[in-house]
Formats: sequence, C-alpha cells, structure tokens
Amino acid sequence: MGCAVTAVVQAGRVTAPGRATAHQAVDVRPRVRRLGLRKPVPLAAGSGVVLLLAVWTAGSATGLIDPRVLSAPWTVVTTGVDLAVDGRLVENLAVSLGRAAQGLAWGVLAGVTLALLSGLSRLGEALLDGPIQVKRAVPNLALLPLLILWFGIGEEMKVVTIALGVFIPIYIHTHNGLRSIDKRYVELAETLRLDRRRFVTRVVLPGALPGFLLGLRFAVTGSLLALVVVEQVNGTAGIGYMMELARTYGQTEVIVVGLVVYGVLGYTADQAVRLLQRRALTWRRTLED
Amino acid sequence: MAAHAGGLSTTAAAVVVRDLVRSYGTGAGVLDGLDLEIAAGEFVAILGRSGSGKSTLLRALAGLDHDVRGSGRVEVPRNVSVVFQDSRLLPWARVLDNVVLGHEAPPARAREAGRAALAEVGLAGRERAWPNELSGGEQQRVSLARSLARSPELLLADEPFGALDALTRLRMHDLLRDLLRRHHPSVLMVTHDVDEAIVLADRVVVLDAGRIALERRTPARDGSRPTADPGPHRTLRAELLEALGPDTDPARKDTL
Ligand SMILES: Nc1ncnc2c1ncn2[C@@H]1O[C@H](COP(=O)(O)OP(=O)(O)OP(=O)(O)O)[C@@H](O)[C@H]1O
Ligand SMILES: [Mg+2]
Repeated sequence: MGCAVTAVVQAGRVTAPGRATAHQAVDVRPRVRRLGLRKPVPLAAGSGVVLLLAVWTAGSATGLIDPRVLSAPWTVVTTGVDLAVDGRLVENLAVSLGRAAQGLAWGVLAGVTLALLSGLSRLGEALLDGPIQVKRAVPNLALLPLLILWFGIGEEMKVVTIALGVFIPIYIHTHNGLRSIDKRYVELAETLRLDRRRFVTRVVLPGALPGFLLGLRFAVTGSLLALVVVEQVNGTAGIGYMMELARTYGQTEVIVVGLVVYGVLGYTADQAVRLLQRRALTWRRTLED
Repeated sequence: MAAHAGGLSTTAAAVVVRDLVRSYGTGAGVLDGLDLEIAAGEFVAILGRSGSGKSTLLRALAGLDHDVRGSGRVEVPRNVSVVFQDSRLLPWARVLDNVVLGHEAPPARAREAGRAALAEVGLAGRERAWPNELSGGEQQRVSLARSLARSPELLLADEPFGALDALTRLRMHDLLRDLLRRHHPSVLMVTHDVDEAIVLADRVVVLDAGRIALERRTPARDGSRPTADPGPHRTLRAELLEALGPDTDPARKDTL
C-alpha cells in the first residue's frame, strides 16, 4: 500500500512541474566509458603540496614532531625571514642559482649537440652513443673524486659536475625523440629538397621537441640534485654551504630552510618547464589536453 | 597539347623511364623492365592490382627508394613535387609554413606564393591554422597547395584522394583539373578508381607483373566532356577492368 502511494506521488512530481523541465535543454547522450582524463580542476595542481604542509603544521603544533628532529614550519619561516633580511639567504641563493643555471646551460648545449650528431649520422652514432651510455652507467658521485683532481675544488668543478648530470637526460630523450620522428616526414623533406640545415631546423628539432622537453624536466631537477652534492664539497657560498655550516652549529631550522629552498627551486623549475611544454606543443592533441 | 593519337609521343618527353627494375630483399622483381614516357603537360594515371608495384614506381620517380635494389634509367624534370595519400603536413607547423616549407624563393616571395596557392585551393584565411584543426579534405587541399606553390614540372601523386569520401573526391577532381589547367605540369597519378583515372587523365596505364600491361588514351576531353558522351568512356572502362583481371580482390570491387 505505502509503496503504491509513494509511487503515485513521485509520478506526480515528474509530470506536474512540466515547465521546469521545459526550460532545461535536453541532454541525452549515449553512455561511453571515459578513458581520457577529465578537464583539469583549477588550482588543483598545488593541493598535494598544501596537504603536505598541513600535515607538517599539524604535527608540529600537536608536538608529534620533535623540533630537534624537524623544526616547525613557523620556525622555518621566521628563520627564513631572518636569513633573508640579513642578506645571507639571497647571497647564497644567487650563487647556487648561478651555478645551476651555468651547469644546465652547458649540459643542455652538450646534450642537444651530441643527440643531433649521434641521431642524424651513423658515424656519429658509432662514435658517440657507446661512450655516452657508459658515462650514463657511472653515477655522477663516483666521478666526483676524478673531477676534483682535474678541475680542483673551485667553481669549474662544480659547473662541470652539474653539466655532466644534465646532459645525460637531455641526450637520451632528445635522441629518442628525433629517432622516433615519423619516417614519412623524412620522405616529405626529401621530396621538398630541403637542405640539411632546414631539415634539422624545420623537421628534426620541432619533431624532437617533445622528447627534449621531457629530458629538460629531468635535467632541471637533476641540476639541482648535482648542486646539492657539489655545494657540500668545500663550498664558500651557496645554499649547500649554508646548510653545511648550520650542521656544524646544530641549527636544524637553517638546514630545513635550505631544504625548503631546494624544494621550492625544484618545484618552480619543473612547473616552468611544464608551462614551456604546454606553450611549445600547442599543436599536439594528446591525453594531456 | 598532349593529345597525340595513340602510342607514345616522341616530342618533349618530361619523364623517361627505361628498363626499370626494382626488387625488395631477395624476392623477384616488383618492377621488371618497365618502360614509360610522359610528355610535358600530360596526365597519366596508373592502375594496377594491389601489390603490383604502383607505389614502387612512383617512389622510384620521386627518388625515394634509396635502399631498394634495382637498375634502369629514370629521367625526371628538376622540379618534381609529390602528393601523398596522407596529406603529410608537419603537425608542428602552421598551414602556411607547411605550404612554403622548402620553397626556393626568398621568404617574403615564398609566403606570397603560398598564400596565393592556399587561396587557389579555397583555403584563404586558414594560413595560421594547425594541420590538426583541418578536416581530411582540407588537409589534402593544403598538400595540393604545397605542391602547386612551387610550380612543379612533374606532379607525382599516390592515391591522393584515396582517403576521402566520394563527394569530397569529386570536388577535389574539379579543383585538380582547374589547377592543372593553370599550372600544366606533367602528372603521374596512382589510383584504384578506374573512373577517376578515365575522368582525370589523358592516358591510363595498367601495371601488371612489373611492366605496363596496357595503355590507353582517354576520350578527348577538350571541349566535349567524356561524361557528355558515355559511350567511349564505358568501352574503355570495361577494357581497363578486364586488364585489371577478373580475380581482382573483393575488397576493391566496390571502388571499381
Ligand atoms: N619496403 C618494402 N619492403 C619489402 N617489400 C615491399 C616494400 N614495399 C613494397 N613491397 C612489396 O612490393 C610489392 C609492390 O608494392 P607496392 O607498394 O609498390 O604496391 P602497390 O601497387 O602500390 O599496391 P597498393 O595498390 O596496395 O598500394 C608488394 O608485393 C609489396 O609487398
Ligand atoms: Mg601503393
């Protein structure tokens, strides 16, 4: 009985306010399981980081995190402000950024040049690819003693070490990118009688750009990684040096400031490259879009 | 001008192919002593069963078969342009940049020629579009514009309209005829469509067993359209279908 009554009421609800439904445009579609991604949610990109910060803050506020192990976020902020005000942070940051940028620039140049040489000629491939793969198998850290012997403990060694770490991902991904350029475009270039220079600039480089940009993402974070390592070696300036100094004085909060700075640097750099990726690859229609 | 009655014209051959042999791997020759001449301004269509070597011949003329074994003589004009079955536009270059890619003229002049060519194929105003944003037929028109912008002496086309629907195809035929009237290059076009061959070409050749098995002039197209008088058209059609063989694979029956 009761059921029947509700059914009637519901049926009445559906039919009675006919005008309300008349205003809505009909939108009946076949159901297809969506395999691509949904539209990006605005501002969602930062939510993971915000969550992490919230956990850290909550842990410190409730005393779950011992300040000797990990300083509270507000201590880090005030220390950061102090360091910024007395100029140490900015000075060291400038030195670190300069190193990373120099290493990155040389590494990218070397990586792209080598990828072109070994990607576009059989001779280049025979001569270059082997040694580069060997270098790739040797961790950068293991090379450090040798690099110190060759270049001393100054700036040169630091930039070279960063560049060595950077050029590998650039080389690998650019090489892979240009080798996977569709053969049909090469044929097109041949029938259009492109000279080698135009073939490289119009077909090879744009075609390898997605690969290169992926390599660049690895390279940018890699350069910061290498930065951390080289700055702990007899530095006289730089974020790593600042942290090393703090360690000897037991200043946990300065170390954390350094870590945060590294993190922010890495994150910002990666976001910048991703932005570059989106700008440079507007012609692509992929899962991302 | 190319409407000599029957046989090969001896005047001003734009393309000369003599005793052409091409084979992949160790197999028997795909092309086996093929001879072909195309006069300046003449439109030749190639028919042939799937796998009969039409694309192989075209690639030989385009000089794209670097690693294919073979012998023979191939003489083509200096300025050759190829239209592929896929429009083959660089996805990372805008339409106009695609059209002027590799153009010999200085950039400003090349872009002017490119714009004019795009207007000719009815795509004025789409210069800055990405190839991905165009429909299949529009992409193929861009690729035609790219070929025409460099005023080729020889146009090679491998099933240029194969991927298009029937209506778009007819529009493209009109467009192509119109363009050829103005630019008059020699044309060698591969097609699976006998009617397309008859309607467009001055001469139709059938490729079989690595050689040209049959060649026929199409009914005169100057003045009287072949469609106006279906008689000779139908005879030629029957003859070509016969040459293509009764065992033509069923997948292609519908296009014939
Ligand atoms: N790159 C290649 N390697 C080996 N064999 C090939 C290659 N390209 C073509 N062939 C063979 O050569 C023969 C002729 O091929 P071709 O592409 O010229 O045929 P076609 O007449 O263009 O056929 P379709 O009408 O299907 O396009 C076929 O038997 C094919 O299998
Ligand atoms: Mg083919």
